Order: sequence, then structure tokens, then C-alpha cells
Amino acid sequence: MNPTNTKDPEYFHKVVDCQYACPAHTPVPEYIRLIAAERYTDAFMINWESNVFPGILGRTCDRPCEPACRRGRVEEEPVAICRLKRVAADNKGEVKHLMPQAPFPMNGKKIALIGGGPASLTVARDLAPLGYELHLFDEWIKGGGMMRTQIPAFRLPESVLDEEVNYILDMGIHTHFNTFVDSMKEVLSKDYDAIFVGTGAPKGRELKIPGYEEAKDNIHIGIEYLADVAFEHRDKIGKNVIVLGGGNTAMDCCRTSKRIGGETVTVVVRSPRKDMKASPWEIEDAELEDIPILNNMPPKEFVVENGKLTGVIFGKVRAEYDENGKRSLIPTGEPDEFIPADDVIIAIGQDNAFPWIERDLGIEFGKWDIPVLDKTTFQSTLPNVFFGGDAAFGPENVITAVAHGHQAAVSIHHFCQGIPVTERLPPFTNLTSQKMGIHEWTYDNGIAHDLRYKVSHEEKKKSLANRKVEVELGFSEIEGFKEAQRCLNCDVQTVFTTSLCIECDACVDVCPTDCITFTANGEEEELRKRLTVPAMNTTQDLYVSDVLPTTRVMIKDEDVCLHCGLCSERCPTAAWDMQKYMYNVTKVYQKDGEKVCC
Amino acid sequence: MSYLKPLFHHPSLKENKVGYVKADYEGVISTLCAGCGHDSISGAIVQACYEVSLEPHRLAKLSGIGCSSKTPTYFLSNSHGFNSVHGRMPSITTGANMANKHLIYLGVSGDGDTASIGMGQFVHAIRRNLNMVYIVMNNGCYGLTKGQDSATADFGSISKTGESNPYNGIDLAGLALELGASFVGRSFSGDKSQLVPMIKAAMSHPGFALLDVISPCVTFNNNKESTKSYSHVRAHIESTSEFDFVPEEKAIEVDYAAGDSAEVELFDGSKILLSKLAPDWNPTDKFTAVNRLHEAKSNGQILTGLLYINPESKDLHSMLNTSDKAFNAMDETDLCPGSMELEKINQGLR
Ligand SMILES: Cc1cc2nc3c(=O)[nH]c(=O)nc-3n(C[C@H](O)[C@H](O)[C@H](O)COP(=O)(O)OP(=O)(O)OC[C@H]3O[C@@H](n4cnc5c(N)ncnc54)[C@H](O)[C@@H]3O)c2cc1C
Ligand SMILES: Cc1ncc(C[n+]2csc(CCOP(=O)(O)OP(=O)(O)O)c2C)c(N)n1
Ligand code: SF4
Ligand code: SF4
Ligand code: SF4
Ligand SMILES: [Mg+2]
Repeated sequence: MNPTNTKDPEYFHKVVDCQYACPAHTPVPEYIRLIAAERYTDAFMINWESNVFPGILGRTCDRPCEPACRRGRVEEEPVAICRLKRVAADNKGEVKHLMPQAPFPMNGKKIALIGGGPASLTVARDLAPLGYELHLFDEWIKGGGMMRTQIPAFRLPESVLDEEVNYILDMGIHTHFNTFVDSMKEVLSKDYDAIFVGTGAPKGRELKIPGYEEAKDNIHIGIEYLADVAFEHRDKIGKNVIVLGGGNTAMDCCRTSKRIGGETVTVVVRSPRKDMKASPWEIEDAELEDIPILNNMPPKEFVVENGKLTGVIFGKVRAEYDENGKRSLIPTGEPDEFIPADDVIIAIGQDNAFPWIERDLGIEFGKWDIPVLDKTTFQSTLPNVFFGGDAAFGPENVITAVAHGHQAAVSIHHFCQGIPVTERLPPFTNLTSQKMGIHEWTYDNGIAHDLRYKVSHEEKKKSLANRKVEVELGFSEIEGFKEAQRCLNCDVQTVFTTSLCIECDACVDVCPTDCITFTANGEEEELRKRLTVPAMNTTQDLYVSDVLPTTRVMIKDEDVCLHCGLCSERCPTAAWDMQKYMYNVTKVYQKDGEKVCC
Repeated sequence: MSYLKPLFHHPSLKENKVGYVKADYEGVISTLCAGCGHDSISGAIVQACYEVSLEPHRLAKLSGIGCSSKTPTYFLSNSHGFNSVHGRMPSITTGANMANKHLIYLGVSGDGDTASIGMGQFVHAIRRNLNMVYIVMNNGCYGLTKGQDSATADFGSISKTGESNPYNGIDLAGLALELGASFVGRSFSGDKSQLVPMIKAAMSHPGFALLDVISPCVTFNNNKESTKSYSHVRAHIESTSEFDFVPEEKAIEVDYAAGDSAEVELFDGSKILLSKLAPDWNPTDKFTAVNRLHEAKSNGQILTGLLYINPESKDLHSMLNTSDKAFNAMDETDLCPGSMELEKINQGLR
């Protein structure tokens, strides 16, 4: 293998598993250390720069970082990264003065942002400090998009949402609420220099099986139902409720129903449990509220008596998978099952819908009515129109919408300034030694063996009685500290200097997880098998040194390194050093070296 | 400085036959200088014990005084241990061994601890063929007392003090051969592929097994002009053979070219496999071993590997026909038969 090029900004970035997995590449270990140091405000600001909505995401994020967390590879469970973010938000001090301060000198360019969800709001935040005149349109009464219309208040209190949305709107954004944009042609005819479409995936799928037409009055589309409840257009549901679907929307629908009159609420999913799209913790929370989840039961018919829905008939299936993993649901032959219901909520997916975009404007659409976009620049086939969030590639989540927003903001700025949009901003990186004394580090390199702490919940009786009572209470400061200590500080890199190594083996002997091997070089595949412990997780890189005096090379398998620093402590020549790697996605307003927080 | 080792280990590391992972054979974090050869030897001991699936309570580790003698704290935390006084490890081991022949005795000493203050003890343990593994972590200096030349420092070797050693060094392996040791090996802390099987073989050997392991003192004796530095040893190392240890129940798979290989069966049925690199040497013939040692020395080379083994070795217990029962398994009447018995013995000697 060739010696590892650690100058490639992506090499060490990849070692920070959580940050690498985060669509917005939030510097996770950095903010976790700040939480442990009780520097909540700084921890909040690091998050705010990267992901814009720390308090919201600290409660609702889909957390792609957690399955990636290294800790999950050496013990049972990853660090509770998401809930730690909330600790920062809950305990922070005054933050507004740390944000870019409006009013900003105007640059004469005018942008329309259609849709008021996290994608548009991120574009607004990134562009406002540069002096753009930003006009944000949303059909609802307030900003936030689906974070407001869909995510129920018992998961995300309105006060938290308002606070974080307002940090952005207060930057001088011109808001046009209660305004459904019904013609793109019209928007294009105005004097906007660029248009950003962040309208989400607003169409809930229907399920037209027999009985649908007759039972229509008691059949509700999940996302419409949730929006109705959120805006208090609905405060009741029947006693017996069936929720169809196995995703997070289904979980929110069933839990909401429990709070507005549903006594027997049942989730019925046509596929097996392991294929359910809902996050494991959302399923767990629904079950904690005594909501049964029945699997392998596709709905066959809405049963109507005397013109009123009485229930649903379900078939029974089992899943079979062919050699390509493609699933088919095979009827088991068991008799169908009737489940009584006063109301049925259909939560089986969302689609993009752009009825308001005329098809003769030069904005091309591809399969499933998804716009044709450049994957990096988010530019559509009409150069001054950009898309992001769920509107871009179909429904995802808040953090993905934010990540899109940052990149779209770069494109829009470049577009407006006459710079090619293909020109991207390199990440801000910095690698610095953490040595403070002969064996002293700036970070706490001791490994805590604590198992993951659980966030405590509000008493069930109380939270089911009122849909606005937040279920999760969040970590206390002490719990937050202890959970923070579980972080392995994967951003503190083991950096090897070949010319200093005397091949004494001290690092090999001390490494608790047997990461280091000195051996003859070879081809990667064969080399992986030859290491002290074979490196079979090929998603993790091998760190390869230059040739040493004995003609061998040092190979470090990054897979389960604990970043404990023992190799560096036991190295007599400081050939190993622990160096903190900062990696920040450069936001467009930081383009000219504006301070990246901390 | 870290003083606790993380308890996590590599998830794909297998348990050995007795259900332990390698970490179960470790000790606390070393307080020796970073890069000390002694730590590598500790690592090799851990590896060897893990690989032979030793139950930790079956081993006693004993040592004297010195950096080397501190190492038993850094391996096998779950075994028995005794850190004795300077140079006295052999007598303590003799006592323990006489009281219970069923343990594996691992003596750890330094070149100062052995070749100076403990020399009298060392030679008598050899003479008695005490059943033990005797590891000398040989750095050519008194590390713990800041690097004075020891009795094994080579003539002309220059330590960090800058003074050239005016005396001839004692070759502990040569001396042990002379005194009739039944197993003599030499190795280097930086060569685990040789050291680990050698430790395993020494633990299987019934009798005195000397392992003279060159182990650079990174702080006081690792300068270029020292003959016990990493770079000097690496440049001058030569070995008698490629070496492998095959436990009793395992089929032999290594296939050496005919004529070059030798196989030595040990008392417990396990085997040592050697692919000889020097044709004029036979591991069971003491004279060829002595010759090879002298030859290498006069060429300025450091000869490592198994130098000599007596497959017919009879240890002190068999010489004295001692009780098979350990003292701790005897009851009071066995251990203290009373004044009548003593009187009888005294009478018999009159
Ligand atoms: C029930 C449910 C629960 C969810 N829970 C989570 C969660 O816990 N965590 C998570 O990360 N994600 C969650 N999501 C997904 C998440 O809400 C979305 O991925 C995210 O909000 C997408 O952001 P966006 O900016 O692309 O668009 P959206 O948030 O969808 O915002 C688009 C806005 O534009 C408005 N709009 C659309 N068309 C027009 C128009 N023509 N004119 C004016 N306004 C228009 C819409 O009404 C909406 O307000 C959930 C989704 C649902 C349905
Ligand atoms: C009776 C006695 N004399 C002298 C000493 C001082 N002393 C401590 S360690 C040591 C030498 C140790 O050298 P070595 O055995 O080679 O161990 P190393 O530290 O080199 O591993 C001496 C002389 C002592 N502790 N006890
Ligand atoms: S920091 Fe060094 S000693 Fe610790 S696990 Fe990683 S490679 Fe091993
Ligand atoms: S401890 Fe340092 S000098 Fe020794 S082998 Fe490891 S990197 Fe090289
Ligand atoms: S002084 Fe020498 S022998 Fe002692 S611990 Fe340090 S390097 Fe090892
Ligand atoms: Mg010494």
C-alpha cells in the first residue's frame, strides 16, 4: 500500500465517524467536550454554525451519527450524541450576540425562498449576513415547515421551535406567511436574482382499497392529520383508531391520537418489524405508550356499515427475500383479521408535488416528479432556480435539509456574484497537537466504561393528557456530563511520524485494542488479513507509514482505536502524537475567513 | 499520564481454550520509561500465556529489584507474585517451588540483579536444575539506579554517560551452558516472533530454562555506541534457527527443507521445531552450542534463538524425590509430625 496521505482533508475527517456521517458534518466530539466542560453556550454555537437548529435537532434529529459512532463498535451502544446536543441547548446562556448581527449592508441582490422549512431557513441564515434581500414564502402562519406542521409538540415544544426559527427571521428576512405560491412563472417574472425552492414533499400517499369512497370521512392522510392537530383545526379523534404504516409519521400519528381521544390505538404494518422505516427509538416510545404494533398484515378492505366506517380487514403474510434481497410478501393462508375502528390514519409515505411549477419554464422533472438537479450545486436546469431539502431528492429529514441549504447558499451566492456555481468552498481544517506536558493532553483521554444513559420521561399519565407536554425531560447536567464522558474523542487523531520511530514496539504492546502492527508492506486485501487482529471492517481505513529502517511499515487499523493516547504516551520519541483535527464545512458567509466558532 | 488501562478490547479477538482474552493476562499500566524493552518482553509473556491457554492461577511470577524486576506488576495480574529483594529471586523461587511443584515458576530478573548481586543465587539455581523459567531482561546497565554499567555490558560499549566500559562482559548464556543449565535461549525484546515461542517452550521444559533477553534501556543505554541499543542489536543480530513451538495436541504443519530441520520433543509431549540457520550446530549438543556462541561473539554478532536444550532434563524434585503433594494441600500432622518424629530423625543421624 502507499503511505497514507494525511494531508487529504477527508482522511482524518473519516476517522471522526459521527461527524463524517452527519450530513452537515457537525463537529460532534468538539461540542461534546464543551458540554463536559459546562461550556454550554460554546457547545450550542458550534452546533448552530453547522446545523442551525441545535435545540430542535437535539430532540428530533434522525441521528445518522449514532449508528456510525465508534463506541458502538467496542461496546453495546453509541454515545447519545443527539440528546447531548439538547443539553447544550437547554443550558446555554445568551447566544444572540454571538450570531451575525443584523442589519447587514445590502448587496443589491434579491432572492425568493419558497417554503419556510429548514432548507429555506438555512439558505436564509447563510445568505443574510452577505446583504441579500431575502423573501421567504410559506403557506402556513409561521415558519418552520414540517418541523412545525408535522413534528408533534410532545416531541418538540413550540417555544424551542419559535426560538430557533426566529434567530434566523430576525436577521431581516422578509416573510410572506399564509401565502401559497401557485405559479412559478409569476415568481420568475418578478425581479429576483435567484429562487430557492424548499417546499418539501407535501403530498401524503392515499390508499384506495375497497370501501375507501364510502368510508372517506373517517380516513385521514397522516401528514394532513398532524398539520390539522398542530394548527388546532382538530382536537378529537374516535375511540378506536388504526394507523396504517410503519414509518416515523405513523408513530407520530398514533401517539398524537392517544392524546386527543384515541383509547385503543393500533398501528398495523404490512411488512415485518425489521423492515419498518421508523427509527427504533420512535417505535420504542410508541410502545411505551401502550400502542400495539402489528406486523405482516396488509389492509384489504375498509368495512362500512350503514354508511359509516366500522373497521378494516387485514390479510396475513410473511416476507420472503430472493438472492438479491428483494422482498415479496406471501400470504400465509391464515384467515383474514377484522380490526374495528372509528378512524383510520394512512401514513404510508409522502411524495413530492409541484403542481405550482409550470412545465414549460425550462425546469426539467425526472422520475416521480422529482426535479433534475446537479447533486453538488442543487441547481436546476433553469440556472437561477435551486432546490433543496425534501423538495430536491424526496423526503429525508431536517439535518439533510440543513446540509442542502448550506450548499445551495454557496451556489446562489456564486451565481449572483458571477462566479461559476461549480466552484465550491474547501472545508476549513486544522490539525494541532494536544500535548500539554510529557504525558498530559488537553483532552480527557481516560476511557469511561459507563453504559449509555437513558433520558428520563415525563410521567405517562401527565403526558398523555395533554399533547403539548414534552415527553422527554432531557439529560440533567450531571447525566449530560457522564454521557459526554463516554465520547471517545475520535477527532483527536493518532498522527505518526515515520522518521522518529525507533521500532521499539511500545505502542503495539500498550494498545488496548490491538490497532497497531509493524510488518512488511503488501496489497491492502492481503495486508488486512495479516495484522495483529485482522482488519475485516473494510469501511474503515488503514493508516500506512513510510518505510521504516527495518524495511517494515507501521499499519494502524482505524476501526476500533479508542483515541486513548496510550500509544503516544508510551512512545519514547513522540513518533505518535495526539492531534486534534478540526473540520468545518465552510458556510458561504464564512467564505472570506469569517471566524469559525471556537 | 494515564494510570488506568481501558477495559475495551478488539471485538473480534477470540477467547482461548480456557475462556480468556489476551487482556485477561495483562497487568496494570507500565510505569517504566516509554519505549523500554522490558515492556515488550512483558508483552511477549502475555502473548505466550494467552496462546498456551494458561490458567493464570497456575503461574507464580517472582522477581528481585530493578526496572526489570518491576515488570511482573505489568503482566498477569491474576497470577501469584512475589517481589523479593535485590538478587534474591532465585532463593525465593527455590523455596516456593519446593513447597509446591505444581505451579509454573516465572522468575524475572535484570542483568544487575543476576550478574552482580544475585550471581551466587543464579548459579546455584542452575546447578540444582530448579524447574523454572528464568528471564533476564538484559540491558547492560542498572536502569533503575540511572544507568551504571552492569556486569553484562560489553567491553568497549559506551552508555549515555559517554564512558567506554573497561571490563569484559559476562555472557550469561555461556555461563549457564558451562554450569549445566538444561535449557538456554537468547532473544531480543524487539523480536516477538522468536521470543513468544521461546517463552512457551521454556514453560514446558522441566528444569531450569534461562532466557537471556536483550532489552534496550531506552533512557540510559540506547545511544548508537552502546552494544545494547535497538539499532546495534538490530544490525548485529543473528539467529541459530527459525523457531516454533508446537503444543502437544497440535499436528505439526511446518515444513522445513530436509537436513536443516530439527525437532525436539519436550517432556509434556509438545515439540520445538527448528529450522537451522547454522549447519554446524545441534540444539541438543552443548559443545556445538558453546562453539557457536564463541564464534558469533568473535564476529561481533549477537547470537539469538534456542542455543541448547537437554530433552532428558531431570529437575530438582525428581533428583530429591520430593512429595508430590504441595505443602498447602498437606494437613497439620503431615507438616508438623511432632517432637517424637523429630527425635526419631535425630536418633537416626547419631
Ligand atoms: C410526521 C413527520 C415527522 C417527522 N419527524 C422528523 C423528525 O423527528 N426528525 C427529522 O429530522 N425529520 C422529521 N421529519 C422530516 C422533516 O420534517 C423534513 O424532512 C424536513 O422538514 C424537510 O425540510 P424542508 O425544508 O425540505 O421542507 P419542509 O419542512 O417540508 O417545509 C416546506 C414548507 O413549504 C411549504 N410549502 C410547500 N409548497 C408551498 C408553496 N407552493 N407555497 C408556499 N409554501 C409551500 C410547506 O407547507 C412547508 O411549510 C418528519 C416528517 C414527518 C412527515
Ligand atoms: C541490596 C541492594 N543493593 C543495591 C540496590 C540498588 N539497586 C537497585 S536496582 C539496582 C540495579 C538493577 O539493575 P538491573 O537488575 O539490571 O535492572 P534494570 O533496572 O536494568 O532493569 C541496584 C544496584 C538495592 N536496591 N538493593
Ligand atoms: S490511541 Fe493509540 S493506544 Fe489508544 S486505541 Fe488508538 S492506537 Fe491504540
Ligand atoms: S512506540 Fe514510538 S518509537 Fe516505539 S514503535 Fe511505536 S511509534 Fe515507534
Ligand atoms: S531506566 Fe531504562 S531500564 Fe529502566 S524503565 Fe527506563 S528504559 Fe527501562
Ligand atoms: Mg539492567
